[in-house]
Amino acid sequence: MLTPRLAFRSLANRLLPSILTVASIAFSVALLVGIENVRNGLRESFTGTISGTDLIVGPRSGTIQLLLYSVFGMGSPTGNISWEGYTHFRDHEAVAWTIPLSLGDGHRGFRVIGTTDAFYEHFRFRQGRELDFAHGGAASDDHDVVLGSEAAARLGYGLGDEIVVTHGMGAAGIMDHDDEPFEVVGILARTGTPVDRALYVTLEGIDVMHAGWEDGVPPMPSFADPAPSDTDAAPPTQITSPTQITAFFLGATSRFATLRLQREINEHPDEPLMSILPGIALAEMWRSVGYAEDGLKIVSFFVVVVGLLGMLVSLYTALDARRREMAVFRAIGAGRGRIVGLLVLESGFLALMGALAGVALVYGGIFAFQGMVESRFGLLIPLRPLGALEWGYLAAVVIAGFLIGLIPAWKAYRTTLSDGLSPRS
Amino acid sequence: MLDIDRLEIPKGEAVFLHGPSGSGKTTLLGIVAGVLSADAGEVQILGTDFTGLSGARRDAFRGTRMGYIFQMFNLIPYLTALDNITLPCRMSGARRKRVAGGLDAGARDLAARLEIAGELGKFPGELSVGQQQRVAAARALLGAPDLIVADEPTSALDSDRRTRFLELLFESCRAQGATLLFVSHDRSLETLFDQALSLGELNRAASAPVV
Repeated sequence: MLTPRLAFRSLANRLLPSILTVASIAFSVALLVGIENVRNGLRESFTGTISGTDLIVGPRSGTIQLLLYSVFGMGSPTGNISWEGYTHFRDHEAVAWTIPLSLGDGHRGFRVIGTTDAFYEHFRFRQGRELDFAHGGAASDDHDVVLGSEAAARLGYGLGDEIVVTHGMGAAGIMDHDDEPFEVVGILARTGTPVDRALYVTLEGIDVMHAGWEDGVPPMPSFADPAPSDTDAAPPTQITSPTQITAFFLGATSRFATLRLQREINEHPDEPLMSILPGIALAEMWRSVGYAEDGLKIVSFFVVVVGLLGMLVSLYTALDARRREMAVFRAIGAGRGRIVGLLVLESGFLALMGALAGVALVYGGIFAFQGMVESRFGLLIPLRPLGALEWGYLAAVVIAGFLIGLIPAWKAYRTTLSDGLSPRS
Repeated sequence: MLDIDRLEIPKGEAVFLHGPSGSGKTTLLGIVAGVLSADAGEVQILGTDFTGLSGARRDAFRGTRMGYIFQMFNLIPYLTALDNITLPCRMSGARRKRVAGGLDAGARDLAARLEIAGELGKFPGELSVGQQQRVAAARALLGAPDLIVADEPTSALDSDRRTRFLELLFESCRAQGATLLFVSHDRSLETLFDQALSLGELNRAASAPVV
């Protein structure tokens, strides 16, 4: 135990350079482990965009396309599902619940989605978390609108404000549905998912907006009503039930039912439908966008290499000042093993402390900033135990620390041989 | 370059070796200590043949049976005086066994004899040069090594301290029955020793024009 004690005393004696070396290794390890944690958080938040939903059903198209427009609010739907097609499965004995989605309208750059109460009741994200209202409640009347948190914040709307919906997704529609203003009745709490960036109305609300627009143009006032200024003369109550929706989320009664339903939906004889398992589709999509994380990994790997090289430089330069010390060790009988052991232990100990400090830095950072990151960026970085990959990284850093110590150690031993016991100081 | 026909140092004596710079002093001491090995010829230290001995064995031999004192900077800067004195004994089990009554007690006895008993808890940076040299002497002596090699140990000391240091060193070596090989360029010390040798005369290579 003499050599470890000597190594420790020697490091303590050069406290500032030792701390600087430990810090440089700690920062590079923190970067490596931190990136791994952020990557995990990203993947979890990505795959947690939707949870609890067994199947996503839409008109037949591509898996990713359906996922993109139904879950992520990106791209355009390729077609619609007839009301009959939807109700057929809604009322199916193996179906526990459905969330219909009617897409295609927007408000100042945010999507307007028509849905039902089932959305607020059954939609789940990130391992089963429910939607909460920050203010107000669900849209029940056909002129009610509920705002996602980001949409509400960016647009500056509050409860009771009246808004006008645009047909299509233009920021300022050429053809605004300004004849049908909607009232804000609820604002959802932040979820960190695309839910935050949309506005929610009822299915009837969507049809109200489109009443008389079946030709793709607004109804001519002269035909619809002789006196357009008289608002109560244009009742939207002629809508009895919606005619079509864009897609729907489905919860099955059992896992077995899910697979049966998937087959039934895909083979539905009346219209071409498709259903996807969201978990599998999300994983598939993550793989296709996940190559960016490899870039991060490579960068952080090089940061660690630079940190270790910094340690090598600092040990190597310190060595010149320690020639005397090495000669004294030799004079009192220290052999090659002890000289090499001393220096290898020193560098290994620095690497070990650096690795520990780096991990502490990451966990401290996550602990301190987790809430802020989640509320600012909607990204939850969970506090979780180190994964196998990270243990591998840490072991590699510590082993590299010991191995790097061999270089100055060997040099020190050679120097004591050539110096004999009289180093030229 | 060092080329010596024959150099014999009698056991138990205090030998003065006059070695001006350039006389091959460093090389000779390296060979005696077993850090360097002779290119040719025979080296026997304390009855052990160094010629065929491995480096590791010579290291162990030096650690166990020799004490070495440098001109200056003898001490490990991050160990206290006490830890410096006991370090060789902690590295060599055989040497440790020769200290009766515990390492620290042995070190304290020696320190008292060398008049540094009050400095044992201090670090080398807190000691004067003279005190440092006495700590080095205590370290060389602890564990009763058979041979003490002193390489200009007094050249950093003023003349009063030099005499006192030498008195203490002689006294301690005699008490332990150790052989003392004392190398210096200062011939004024010569008369204090049992025997005086000159490396310049011993070294046949020194007469060659280039060293």
